[in-house]
Amino acid sequence: MSTIGLWLATDGWRWTIAAPVALALISCSHAPAPASPGPERADPVASFEVVRAVLQSPRCVNCHPAGDAPLQGDDGHVHLQFVRRGPEGRGATGLACATCHARANPPESYGAHMPPGVSTEWRLPPPEHKMVFAGLNSRMLCEQLKDPKRNGGKTMPALVHHVAGDPLVLWGWSPGFGRKPVPIPHDQFVRAFETWAAAGAPCGPPPTARNP
Amino acid sequence: MRLNVNGTAREVDAPGDMPLLWVIRDVLGLTGTKFGCGMAQCGACTVHLDGQAVRSCVLPVSAVAGRMVTTIEGLSPDGSHPVQKAWVEADVVQCGYCQPGQIMSAAALIAHNPSPSDDDIDLALAGNICRCGTYQRVREAVRKAAAQRRAER
Repeated sequence: MSTIGLWLATDGWRWTIAAPVALALISCSHAPAPASPGPERADPVASFEVVRAVLQSPRCVNCHPAGDAPLQGDDGHVHLQFVRRGPEGRGATGLACATCHARANPPESYGAHMPPGVSTEWRLPPPEHKMVFAGLNSRMLCEQLKDPKRNGGKTMPALVHHVAGDPLVLWGWSPGFGRKPVPIPHDQFVRAFETWAAAGAPCGPPPTARNP
Repeated sequence: MRLNVNGTAREVDAPGDMPLLWVIRDVLGLTGTKFGCGMAQCGACTVHLDGQAVRSCVLPVSAVAGRMVTTIEGLSPDGSHPVQKAWVEADVVQCGYCQPGQIMSAAALIAHNPSPSDDDIDLALAGNICRCGTYQRVREAVRKAAAQRRAER
């Protein structure tokens, strides 16, 4: 998404919040001002939905797949060349992720469909804790994310640090030529994650037939 | 720009975003490494970077400064690498275009896994496409090469 696109998305979000607030103030002049500027600050469970929207975007899900094959593209097709997670999450011996994915995105002059890269090297979660994001409902994703037995032993501060600054996470907003970045601005994602974490990382109710 | 290619320091005058494959073939004249797809889809351009197989067609040369590049010409001085010998023994080659890439991937595999299973071989070489369909002989040669490498140790 372009810078203008990001601005519009952010601006649109603010207008979504601001318009009902303005109407409320007009209709009831004694109503208190809202305590927070957005849903991710008001409600940690709602904040987690912002987090979920990021984690389940193609830029994140493609390397957090349900199986042992990474996915590719905005349509999430199975990675070509029979690529596998491998014993450490870095691909098979002899065909590591780094065989094609370098330490930075290729120059844009190379065109579309080039393997993206990142300074910390491309990887999936290791087989001991696969951190599957694909296909999980909100509660399952939430429970898994905060469980150190399933998230690679990460505490909540470590998770916040990870989403705020890990180059592989940040790549989702700079994915290189021809790829859509994560649809929610990174700072909004981090704020939502921090709100959820600060409230004790609550998870929503189990899904129902009416609210899956 | 100073590169280390096949154990020799080489001074290269090339823009930093030029793909390593272009530098290898057109600047240094090492034409054993092949151009296939230009987008890391076929494996024909495979070389070693610090001992690991990489696709040189999508790697800017600026990314390899200070690192060890090995091309098919540098795998051995006289074609005596176990993979090269096994390739001859198994008569793998048909048209031959993909073979430098196949051999470099196979060499990287047995360097890290001296006893690869057939599944290990298939996974490691899945990114090297052979339009002649020599896959059965490729697998046989990798088995032979791994056995020879083990015998040498």
